[in-house]
Amino acid sequence: MSTQIPQPSQAAPDTTRIHNIGYRSYDGPRLGRAYARRSLFSQSLRGAYGLGRSAKSKVLPMLLSGVMCVPALIIVAVAVVTKQSKLSIEYTQYAIFLQVVIGIYLASQAPQSVSRDLRFRTVPLYFSRPIERADYVLAKFGAMASALFLLTAVPLVILWVGSLLAKMDFGTQTQMFGQGLVSVALLSLLFGGVGLVMAALTPRRGFGVAAVIGALTISYGAVSTLQGIAYGTDNLGAISWLGLFSPITLIDGVQTAFLGAPSSFPGGEGPGAGVGAVYLLVVLALVAGSYGILMRRYRKVGL
Amino acid sequence: MNVTMLGGCVKRSDGALWKSGRPARAVSGHEPVEKDFRRELPYWLVLLWSDKDRAVGLTTAVAQATTVEGVTVIATESLSKRFPRVTALDRLSLDIGPGVTGLVGANGAGKSTMIKILLGLSPATEGTAQVLGMDVRTHGAEIRERVGYMPEHDCLPPDVSATEFVVHMARMSGLPATAARERTADTLRHVGLYEERYRPMGGYSTGMKQRVKLAQALVHDPKLVLLDEPTNGLDPVGRDEMLGLIRRVWTDFGISVLVTSHLLGELERTCDHVVVIDGGSLLRSSSTSDFTRTTTTLAVEVTDSDVHTDGTAALRAALTAAGVTLHAGVEEGLPGAGHILLLEAAGEETYDLVRDTVADLGLGLVRMEQRRHHIAEVFRPEASQHEEVPAR
Repeated sequence: MSTQIPQPSQAAPDTTRIHNIGYRSYDGPRLGRAYARRSLFSQSLRGAYGLGRSAKSKVLPMLLSGVMCVPALIIVAVAVVTKQSKLSIEYTQYAIFLQVVIGIYLASQAPQSVSRDLRFRTVPLYFSRPIERADYVLAKFGAMASALFLLTAVPLVILWVGSLLAKMDFGTQTQMFGQGLVSVALLSLLFGGVGLVMAALTPRRGFGVAAVIGALTISYGAVSTLQGIAYGTDNLGAISWLGLFSPITLIDGVQTAFLGAPSSFPGGEGPGAGVGAVYLLVVLALVAGSYGILMRRYRKVGL
Repeated sequence: MNVTMLGGCVKRSDGALWKSGRPARAVSGHEPVEKDFRRELPYWLVLLWSDKDRAVGLTTAVAQATTVEGVTVIATESLSKRFPRVTALDRLSLDIGPGVTGLVGANGAGKSTMIKILLGLSPATEGTAQVLGMDVRTHGAEIRERVGYMPEHDCLPPDVSATEFVVHMARMSGLPATAARERTADTLRHVGLYEERYRPMGGYSTGMKQRVKLAQALVHDPKLVLLDEPTNGLDPVGRDEMLGLIRRVWTDFGISVLVTSHLLGELERTCDHVVVIDGGSLLRSSSTSDFTRTTTTLAVEVTDSDVHTDGTAALRAALTAAGVTLHAGVEEGLPGAGHILLLEAAGEETYDLVRDTVADLGLGLVRMEQRRHHIAEVFRPEASQHEEVPAR
C-alpha cells in the first residue's frame, strides 16, 4: 500500500502530497468548572460499578448489587404467589437487614474512588485544571453517596412494584416506600462520608478496605454488645443513647423516631422523638464533618 | 509548498529580553486551498493518512509568520512567597514572552513554588503575577483552563489505558466528550504513542509514561504549558526525544513552554530564553542566544603527515605566523582535545586562510566547525574567558 496519497482535485497544483496534517488547534467550546465537576461525578459513579474499568473490577460491585436484590425478589415472589396483604419485611428494615452487603460494597468501592488518585498522585493533575478542591470533594462524595443510594434503593423499588403486583394497598405501600427511600438516602450520605474519609486517610487501598470494614463492623459490634448488656441488666434508658455510636444504629434510630420504622434495638427500645432529634443532628453533623475532613485532607495533597 | 518562515527573535534595546509572536496557525494568502482542504477532511481520513508517516514525524512545515508583538506570557512583579521558616521566592520580577523558556535553579530554588503560584493554587505573600494577561489571584480557574501542567513525579494510574486517561483529563479541562476523544487521539499521536495507547499504562516504559504526562498537559490545546523536569529518569535517547518534542510544542504547535530543569545543557538545546533563579531570587534572565551566542570561534582538526609528524603543531605555528589569534583551554579534558585547534575567525577570509594553510602544509583537514558557548560557562566565569595563547 502506498504511503503517498494522491492529491484530491481541489488541492492546489503545487501541493502534490500531504504527509501529515500537523498540529490542529482547538477552537471549540470549553465548558469550564461546573462541567468538569459533573464529568468527574459521572466518571466516579460509573467507576463505583466498575463501568469504564477492567472486567475484573466489575465483578464485585455487580455481584453485590445482585445480592442486594435477591432477597427482595424472593419476598416479592412469595407475596405475589401467596397473595399476602403485607410484605414480610418493612421497607425501612431492608437496608439494616442487608447491612453487611452494604458494608462490603462500601469497603471495596470507597478506596478505589479516592485512594487510587492519592496513591498514584493523580490529584495534582485535577487541581491544575479548572476544578477546585471543593469540586473534587463534592463530586467524589456525591458519586459515592449516589452509588450507595442506587445499591439500596433498587431493592426497595422491587419491593414496592411487587407490593403493587400483589394488589396491596397503594397509599400505604407508597408512603412506606417513600419513608424507606428517605432512610436509605440518609444512610447513603452517612456511609459514603464515613467510607471516603477512611479511604482518603490512606493512599494504600488495602488499608482503606480494612479501615472501612473496621469502622462499620467494630462500631456496630461494640454498640450492639453494650446494648445487649444494658438490656440484660434492665438499663433500658441507656440502649437508645448507645445507638449513637455506630453508623447503622444511627440510621436505625432516626427511622424509628421519624420514619415509622420498627426498631431493631434489643427489646425494640428505639429512641423517641426527643432522642431521635439528637440522632438526626448527629447524622447530619457526621455528614458535614466528613465533608470538612475531606476538604482538609485535600488541602495537603494538592500539587 | 510555500512556507513563510521569519526570524523568531527580537532583541530589546537592553538586549536582555526578547519577544516574538506566536506562529500563525492560519496562513493567509499563500496556501488557502490546502488549508481549507485539511479542515474539510473527515477525521478518520486525517488519522489514516497521518499515521502512515509516523516514522517521519511531522513533515508538514507549519507556516510561521512571526510578528513582533508586545505579548507577555508570564509576568511577575516583586513576587514573594514566605513560609514560616523559609523564603521560597524573594521579590522576583520576571517578564517572559512566547517561546520556550527554561527555568533553572538548584533543588529548593523556588521552581515548584513558582509553578503553584502561576497556576493560582497558592497565594503569593506579596507582589503580583500575571499569566496570559490574567491575574493569578482573581482568575485562577480561567488560567488553569488555558494552561497545561506536567508534574515532575509519576501521576499515572497503572490500570487504565493512555487513551482513557487522557480523555478523562481532557474532560476535566472542560472539553466536551467528542472533542475530548478527538483531541486525545491527536495529541497522543503527536507525542509519539500509537498502538500502545490502548494498553494499561502500568506496562509502559519511563519514556512512554513521560509522553502520556506531556499529552495530558497538551490535550486541551493550552496557550502555555508548565513542564516540571520533563526529562527526569530518561535515558540519553529518551532525553533527546523528549527535548525534541518540547521544542516542537512551540515551533509546530505554537504553545509557549516554561520548562524547569537543573541541567543547563538540556535547556541550551531547547530554550529560546533562560531564567536562572537561586534562593528564590532572580540570578539572570536572558535569551539563550545571549548565553550561547554563536561566537567566531572555529575548531580545526587536521591529520599528521610524514613531513609534519605533529600536524596540529605545524598548523598552529603557520596560523600564528599568519596573524590568527588562537585560543586554548576550552576543550581540555576531552578526548582528542590536543588535536583540536581553536582560533578566532575575523571573517570569511579566516576560513579561506585555514583551508589554504592546511593545503600548503599538505595535511588532511578533518574538521572545521563553528563553536558556540555553553550556558554552563555563565556559571563559571573564569572558564568563559579564553586565555590567549602565546605563539610557540
